[in-house]
Amino acid sequence: MAYSEKLIDHYENPRNVGSMDKNETSVGTGLVGAPACGDVMKLQIKVTPEGIIEDAKFKTFGCGSAIASSSLITEWVKGKSLDEAGSIKNSQIAEELALPPVKIHCSILAEDAIKAAISDYKTKNGAAEVDAAE
Amino acid sequence: MNELKAKPIYLDYQATTPTDPRVVDAMLPYFTEKFGNPHSRNHSFGWEAEDAVEVARGQVAKIIGASAKEIIFTSGATESNNLALKGVMKFYGKKKPHLITVVTEHKCVLDSARHLEQEGYKVTYLGVKENGLIDLEELKAAITDETALVSVMGVNNEIGVIQPLKEIGEICRERKVFFHTDCAQAVGKIDLDVDDMKIDLMSISGHKIYGPKGIGALYVRRRPRVRVIAQITGGGQERGMRSGTLPTPLIVGLGKACDILSNEMAEENARIEKLRDYTLQRFRDRLEDIYVNGDEHVRVSGNLNISFAYVEGESLLMDIKNIAVSSGSACTSASLEPSYVLRALGVDEELAHTSLRIGIGRYTTKEELDEAVDAICTAVERLREMSPLWEMAQEGIDIKSIEWAEH
Repeated sequence: MAYSEKLIDHYENPRNVGSMDKNETSVGTGLVGAPACGDVMKLQIKVTPEGIIEDAKFKTFGCGSAIASSSLITEWVKGKSLDEAGSIKNSQIAEELALPPVKIHCSILAEDAIKAAISDYKTKNGAAEVDAAE
Repeated sequence: MNELKAKPIYLDYQATTPTDPRVVDAMLPYFTEKFGNPHSRNHSFGWEAEDAVEVARGQVAKIIGASAKEIIFTSGATESNNLALKGVMKFYGKKKPHLITVVTEHKCVLDSARHLEQEGYKVTYLGVKENGLIDLEELKAAITDETALVSVMGVNNEIGVIQPLKEIGEICRERKVFFHTDCAQAVGKIDLDVDDMKIDLMSISGHKIYGPKGIGALYVRRRPRVRVIAQITGGGQERGMRSGTLPTPLIVGLGKACDILSNEMAEENARIEKLRDYTLQRFRDRLEDIYVNGDEHVRVSGNLNISFAYVEGESLLMDIKNIAVSSGSACTSASLEPSYVLRALGVDEELAHTSLRIGIGRYTTKEELDEAVDAICTAVERLREMSPLWEMAQEGIDIKSIEWAEH
């Protein structure tokens, strides 16, 4: 299969591989996919008190397109607000990496992963925000 | 990854083999000066070609212990398998409409069986044990008075395991059922004798045994006689079982390839087995959590099928661009399903996604395998560092305990 240069670059030199402490309140973790399907993505974000994503890390089990999609999305979300990051569409990832049609599901997984991480962060911090409002 | 122009290493000998230069030399005259049609009975050009075809027929027959008259030339093992299954079932099917085969057979056997099913024939698909071999008791139980044919491959193309052909032959002969075996991957790898193994039909491929592509053969037993309905009709060549002008150069090549194997296969397989065992040991010395798929001992010497847990196969292939191997990963198949052979063994789906098939052959060197092992291990280590499953495994989390959202 012929892959784009951008995709190969993200696969060969993935950005932001790693893990953060998932118990920290400023960290949101998304774990999506399934081993039996051949792809699992773990995406983590570290959020400032102002609601800005200051850091993002990923680990991915999957094909080259899945690894590249997760690498790309960690680059994109850094410096964004939660709302901005949550509005990234899989089609943007697919377009940027020129994913072949059979690999579109990799970009969908990346979109799911960031949404899951944001939701995890909000769940963790929801209680605190309510406290502050009172 | 850095050496862009490095010479690629071929470790995919189950997919195809290069044609042996001795085979090419034998073939060449039959393209040019000895170009006659072997079916031309009234001039020397035809006789010359016919003689060459008959020599080759004898060479093919010899390697499986058959007589030359029992060899039908075809375009390859796919055609041979089609002819064996459809040809036998259509001849005997009125009284005996039942066929038995195995879930891990090559696609061309399974697809022929499916077509027969659509036409109203009954097909039993035997499962396999964890080691990839069939259960003989299950076979015995599956045979009925309506069974015409049992088709079990000699050697599996993905995992290289060797089915107990002699025992299967005994069972079939006792129950008066014909026994066909797809030996595309078995010829030249294991000793074959159609009489000793009581084989009635056998499919043979040229390009899997250092012969040319586009040629194969079907062995069809004469005593007791096996009848098949031709699938390709026309001039009635090959005793009416397969019409079409015989491709003399390809047939000469197939014959020469068999002749070389008759003389050299014992030595060749011993050398390859040493290389295979050495390679597996090197993987085991460097990596943990790797699993050999299929029986580790009842397999041909040139096949190593390994699951590298926690690393997806296609991403592994991308990392070792310079090394030609294949993977059971879904992402390398058109269907996006992991290998049906590995799933039939009961290999966990996640492990099926992590498998590589490493094929060692006539021209493989120890140096090439050293380079391949190093490259694969480095890639596996890099990708495991990136794998959330590997991370969980290191933290002692059981992956199976997590509720995954399958998509």
